[in-house]
Amino acid sequence: MVIKARHKRFILIAIGLALLGLAATLIFNAFSSNMVFFYTPTQVDKGEVPHDTGFRIGGLVSPDSLKRQDDGLTVHFSITDTAKTVPVVYKGVLPDLFKEGKGVVAQGKVGPDGIFVASEVLAKHDENYMPPEAAEALKRAQAQGSTSLVMPK
Amino acid sequence: MMSMKKIILGLGLLIALTGAALILFVTGTKYIGVHVALILIGAALARQSRYFDDNFYHNASPQAFYPTAGLLIPWFAWLAAVLVIYGLYVSFAIAPTDFQQGEAYRIIFVHVPAAWMSMVIYVAMAFWAGLGLILNARLSAMMAQALAPTGAIFTLLALVTGSLWGKPMWGTYWVWDARLTSELILLFLFLGFIALQSSIDDPRKADRAGALLALVGVVNVPIIYFSVKWWSTLHQGSSINMGAAPKMAATMFEGMIIMALAFWMYTIAVTLIRARCIILERERNSGWVKELATRESSGAKS
Amino acid sequence: MQWESWSAFFNMGGYAFYVWLSFGLTALCVIWEVIALHNRNQAALRLIKLLAQQD
Repeated sequence: MVIKARHKRFILIAIGLALLGLAATLIFNAFSSNMVFFYTPTQVDKGEVPHDTGFRIGGLVSPDSLKRQDDGLTVHFSITDTAKTVPVVYKGVLPDLFKEGKGVVAQGKVGPDGIFVASEVLAKHDENYMPPEAAEALKRAQAQGSTSLVMPK
Repeated sequence: MMSMKKIILGLGLLIALTGAALILFVTGTKYIGVHVALILIGAALARQSRYFDDNFYHNASPQAFYPTAGLLIPWFAWLAAVLVIYGLYVSFAIAPTDFQQGEAYRIIFVHVPAAWMSMVIYVAMAFWAGLGLILNARLSAMMAQALAPTGAIFTLLALVTGSLWGKPMWGTYWVWDARLTSELILLFLFLGFIALQSSIDDPRKADRAGALLALVGVVNVPIIYFSVKWWSTLHQGSSINMGAAPKMAATMFEGMIIMALAFWMYTIAVTLIRARCIILERERNSGWVKELATRESSGAKS
Repeated sequence: MQWESWSAFFNMGGYAFYVWLSFGLTALCVIWEVIALHNRNQAALRLIKLLAQQD
């Protein structure tokens, strides 16, 4: 069988791509443990977070935990992943989507009293989009104990 | 010369395959029947016109491609214009407000289509560049070169509109999470491809170097797409997933899909225009190009 | 129709700056690309005509 130059090039490219894919897989495995944008309150509780540097906590704002100090700028709230809860203090403007029961990512450090002192608070929203009336209907259905989450049309 | 029949069949093939790819991308296996039908139609047309049989090497020459592209451009341009108008109407007049983001969510109607196109164009660019490398075909390399600037523009738009969406909703223009970082790398890949190609004087060498870069960079595309699943990110997950119902109201979803189709048709139109420019620039010393340029500038515009 | 008035439409629920800047920049990029391509095509044709005349 005669191997044409074109076929040879094709084989070389295929080998190159295979090697590249392998390299990429290895890089992923190495990096996936370091590619953490935020830690959960459970990880904070277990101490699986950087101790000397700041880090981010992600979770939900605990219901009824939001309290404003008299200066109007400092806020206290806690972040939960429903298993563990971390108390947070933050001085600054909160994003529009910041709400109790909604997603949040806070950057900062744990103080000596165990309270997380945040330097930045970001809202994390989900990928659901629907009109307010549909959201209301969904809420009512959930309150009545319906477990099926059907997207309203 | 190409016959009219062949051109129409070629156009049909292109649209059928584009539609099939889009339906597969959006709905996954749900509408597999429609998908298979579109591919069969495309294949039948290809077979009928023998587009990829005996005439492949003839049609793959820049000289044969130039007039065909010229005939296809107005079709795609008009399709893009009509879809954009309809898409904007659905996006602003039909789609309701969102329960948590209010009207700010409407940025989705440019952000998501731009982000999709940035990835689709990169894959298309790498495909043509790779094909040019294997077959040593000039036209394939020219197609890759023609796609790059439009891809870079859509990547930049995805980043900028995302930033303008992030500020009011998340509370920041930028974070270094996996989704945003990998999309930024995509912009660098596009710019790197353009810079590499223009820095090498010999066009054939430039094609080969660019193709290698384009192929290496393909690994970044699945990283972008799955970044929100593989790592914890500030960016939310995908609303549209393979084989699952979209996590958004029907009219919102419709607006996004129509805008994406409009961007897609726009991309095909401008890519064909740019490919024609590249052919003129690179084949400027060949007889047919000189003949054509004298004819076009003497009043008889094609 | 989602809007009670034109001013409500332009106001975009208070997010006018972000929404309109996003759509505006997208439109600007498209217009710029089409004009740039038109100029590139004209320049290429001019150059080839010049080359043809030199023959």
